Formats: sequence, C-alpha cells, structure tokens
Amino acid sequence: METSFTPFASLAGGMLIGAAAVLLMLLRGRILGATGILAGVLWPSGGYDFAWRALMLAGMCAGPWVFYLFCGQLPMIVVPSSVGLLGLGGFLVGVGVTLGSGCTSGHGVCGLARLSPRSIAATVTFMLTTGATVFVMRHVLGI
Amino acid sequence: MRHLLTLLIGTLFGTGIALSGMANPAKVLNFFDVFGTWDPSLAFVMAGAVTVTFLGYRVVLRRDRPGFETAFDVPTSRVVDARLLIGAGVFGIGWGIGGFCPGGALPALGTGSAKVIVFVSALSAGILATKVFLSRVAQPVSQKRPAE
Repeated sequence: METSFTPFASLAGGMLIGAAAVLLMLLRGRILGATGILAGVLWPSGGYDFAWRALMLAGMCAGPWVFYLFCGQLPMIVVPSSVGLLGLGGFLVGVGVTLGSGCTSGHGVCGLARLSPRSIAATVTFMLTTGATVFVMRHVLGI
Repeated sequence: MRHLLTLLIGTLFGTGIALSGMANPAKVLNFFDVFGTWDPSLAFVMAGAVTVTFLGYRVVLRRDRPGFETAFDVPTSRVVDARLLIGAGVFGIGWGIGGFCPGGALPALGTGSAKVIVFVSALSAGILATKVFLSRVAQPVSQKRPAE
C-alpha cells in the first residue's frame, strides 16, 4: 500500500520528539525510552519510578488529540498486518526490547544522540532485521 | 509542577509521534520496503529527533543536575554483548511483522484503536514474560527455592 512522502511533517514531528527527550533530561535527568516507560509501569521498581513513567504514558496518549486540535482529524493509523501477526509482532517486540534494553526512542534517538556504542550497535541491528523481515514478508512470502 | 511538566513532556512526545507518522504502521513499513512502495519519511523523523537531541544533550548534560532530581540517571555501560544484539535483532523482526515500535504504539493508544490495543497487550506480555524469565535465570543458585 502506497503512503505519501511527508518530509516536512516528519521532520517537524521528529524535532518535537527530540525536544521532549531534551526536556525530560533537563528536568528529570532521564533517557526518554518508550520501552523503559512502559516496562516501569508494568513492573514498577518503586513508587517514585512508577510515577514519572505513568505521567509520561498518560501524556503520550494525549498526543493524538493535540494533533486533532491542530489538524482537525486524528493521525492516520493503517495496519497492513492481520491481527494474529500484529499480536506475534507485539510479543516479539516486547521480548526484544527487554533483552536489548531499549527500542527506537531509547537507543535510536537518545542513545545515538549520546554516541553510545551499545545504542549504535542496537540501532544498526534492529534496522537491518526490520528491513530483512519486511523484505521476506512482502517479497518472499507475499503477506 | 514537576508532575504537570512531566505530563506535558509526554504530550509533546506523543504529538511529535502523531505528526511524524511513526504511529502509522503502513508508513513505517514502507520506509523499510525500498524494493516496493518505498516512503523515505522515517529518515526525516530520525534526522529531526537525533539532531535536536544531540544538540540539546550537549547543553543539558553540562549542568550539575537536572531541574527536579539530584543527579542525571543515564546508562554508563559501553559493552556491546550478545544479549543486546539478540534483543535488538528480535525487536526488529517484531517491528517488521507488525509495523509498530513501542514509541509509535503508546501514543496511538490514546485513539482507542482496537488494533493498537492488541499490539500493546502483546507487547506488554512479551515484556513481562522476558522479565520473569530474566529474574529466574539471573537469580543465584543458592537463592533458588528448593524443589517441592
């Protein structure tokens, strides 16, 4: 399925993501990683750690509605995969980000910005396996 | 104040995700489909996010401490080990299958979309299963409960 190329919206959205990461470091001294935020809510190590992550999560969920205020519609969410594959993908993402200590935001944005060798290695690895998976699914299996 | 600002930072992130297209699996998967319906937009998301964070961290991490905490809490390990690479590899396979990464899916939860709820439920199950597994494996033998 074709999607339209949106360089300006994507660049601006990316800059807002970066601004959020910088502000979280400035005020709370933390890496902005979606994995750590969700995991810290599901499996809290203490009340203090739970609180800031729960607030981040609640704020994140308001994001599409801020988008709605400015754009008059909710952001487009089109899921090409079947519900079964989506569940399988979700479970594998959960296993992978827990073993690998982070995802696109923690490693791919904050870690790269810190020039962390672990994050650079993780980001290169997951970009390659994501690309390989999409290639196999679309051009080999034809799903 | 601390809580309100943390909530607003989450909202800023979620708005960025919504605007960038990262909450849309069709768009994310097309970034990786160079030999098909390629959409290079994701590169602009990464470029914008990494550039702002890189420059911002240069300024912020020079300070003695964060605004509301006593110290910065950033990872110090620089060791690239098998667990990191296997985890990143498995994450990528899951991302390629479903098209959602955690940062894209969590803000999308706010729309109430059933498919997002399916993904985040499965994601949560994967996180919890792995944490349980790791807590058992990492537990020293002497502390394991004796077999019944």
